[in-house]
Amino acid sequence: MASLRSMELEINGAQYALTIEPRVTLLDALRENLGLTGTKKGCDQGQCGACTVHVDGERVLACLTLAVQAEGRSIRTIEGLASKDDTLDAVQQAFIEEDAFQCGYCTPGQIMSAVACIREGHAGSDAEIREFMAGNLCRCGAYNGIVAAVRKAAQRIQGAAA
Amino acid sequence: MNDFDYLRATALDEASTLAKTPGTMFLAGGTTLIDLAKCGVERPGTLVDITRLPDLSAVTVDEAGATIGALATMSRVAVDAAVTERYPAVSEALLLAASAQLRNMATIGGNLMQRTRCAYFRDPAGYPACNKRMPGSGCSALENVTRDHAILGTSDQCIALYPGDLSVALTALGATVRTTSREIPIARFFVEPGDRPDRETVLERGEIVTAVHVPASAAAANSTYLKVRDRQSYEFAAASAAVGLELEEDGRTIRDIRVALGGVATVPWRAEAVEAALRGRRLGETTIREASRAAVEGARSWYANGYKIELACRVVARAIMEVGGIK
Ligand SMILES: Cc1cc2nc3c(=O)[nH]c(=O)nc-3n(C[C@H](O)[C@H](O)[C@H](O)COP(=O)(O)OP(=O)(O)OC[C@H]3O[C@@H](n4cnc5c(N)ncnc54)[C@H](O)[C@@H]3O)c2cc1C
Ligand code: SF4
Ligand code: FES
Ligand code: FES
Repeated sequence: MASLRSMELEINGAQYALTIEPRVTLLDALRENLGLTGTKKGCDQGQCGACTVHVDGERVLACLTLAVQAEGRSIRTIEGLASKDDTLDAVQQAFIEEDAFQCGYCTPGQIMSAVACIREGHAGSDAEIREFMAGNLCRCGAYNGIVAAVRKAAQRIQGAAA
Repeated sequence: MNDFDYLRATALDEASTLAKTPGTMFLAGGTTLIDLAKCGVERPGTLVDITRLPDLSAVTVDEAGATIGALATMSRVAVDAAVTERYPAVSEALLLAASAQLRNMATIGGNLMQRTRCAYFRDPAGYPACNKRMPGSGCSALENVTRDHAILGTSDQCIALYPGDLSVALTALGATVRTTSREIPIARFFVEPGDRPDRETVLERGEIVTAVHVPASAAAANSTYLKVRDRQSYEFAAASAAVGLELEEDGRTIRDIRVALGGVATVPWRAEAVEAALRGRRLGETTIREASRAAVEGARSWYANGYKIELACRVVARAIMEVGGIK
């Protein structure tokens, strides 16, 4: 058996110490070891986007990232998106207003992906939003609401920046 | 996923030496390797994480060509201004692949080395017979659903498709793969299955891809990647083509043309017969459509993948017309 490995992960600005097997994915470490269950496990195979988190500001899939690979990086999950006084992020707010979900299972991944999509400058049109959000599947088919929410959040964020 | 050890390499020769031990594999973005480890296809004893090696993620473009570090991510290279301008097929192939999340994780070196999506290969518990996983065990695809399998470069041992996009563009543009010990023209980097489908590239144990070099050419600067698939986005190619085109001063005679196919062959597939049929000819739809038939010379279909023969010809023709400015 491979030896356990102790590591520190920086998640949403806080340091977490854990001792796990190197094969543990970031997704399982978040959910099973650290109780951060906002990040969802859909396919566990890199195909659905439910596990999307940010590592050093970029959206990645936590199910195909080993926790140990994220050592020394800055990780952000859905739990770290709202501000400290619980004001929702613009994307979270827009998802509520546009009713961009049904069961909600894909939603944390959709939101983390959308935050990055807007920041990358890939939310300029509905077609662009669809293309750059393609890695996030929604079994409930809430896609129209999702596109509307991303468009609305992008406009607000860009409006605020202008 | 089986239990494995994890080592983080800090120097190239250290990584190379570590990986000479059987059962040791390099870990880059992990989007192929961790996925296949979960499927039980890869069972590494030790992973050597190479993502923190220095100096392997630069993208340099000069008069001679583009040098793309093996650890550069797909997303980074796809939006590189000089790559987009002088090697549009490379940038397009990257942007049309996978998803934004995967492109942020996946590296250029790992991308070349991605493995087939053959559903039987990916399911050892359900389908023990697979010559690629275990030479001599048989091929489960041959008597099953073959819709996503290859029509070119197959053998009676394995008909698995090479699924990648980038390598198709690199093959059309005559790229070279640089490793810790040599430079390998991309046409010789990938090997057809033959009677050893487990061997997919000429890389030796411990050899690390350090960069890909794409020579500059007029054809590279006027190139495109066309990908046709079952859904509009986030899907592997049903058939794809990378085409680069250079015209004579008259603006209609073909001086240089490069054509490679994806989604139809066991390796990225250069269509030299199409190139030869078009060099020196005048651009025109009929000429292009006729010449594009040569793309599938020697093709063999298995039940459900026969559609790829016609599709490949049409995709090649459309890509050539696109770069040639024919609507
Ligand atoms: C859902 C999904 C959809 C996808 N869609 C597409 C698509 O449409 N088009 C497409 O082209 N690809 C697609 N891919 C494949 C993806 O592009 C590859 O998985 C990725 O490029 C692999 O890079 P990596 O850095 O993650 O490699 P890893 O998974 O880290 O490594 C892959 C293999 O290469 C070896 N390796 C890695 N780096 C080196 C190196 N420098 N030298 C020597 N060996 C090395 C590893 O040991 C391993 O065997 C998809 C993948 C997924 C999961
Ligand atoms: S086609 Fe190749 S990879 Fe697929 S089951 Fe047959 S031998 Fe295995
Ligand atoms: S759970 Fe990670 S992509 Fe589906
Ligand atoms: S809201 Fe149910 S999966 Fe998207």
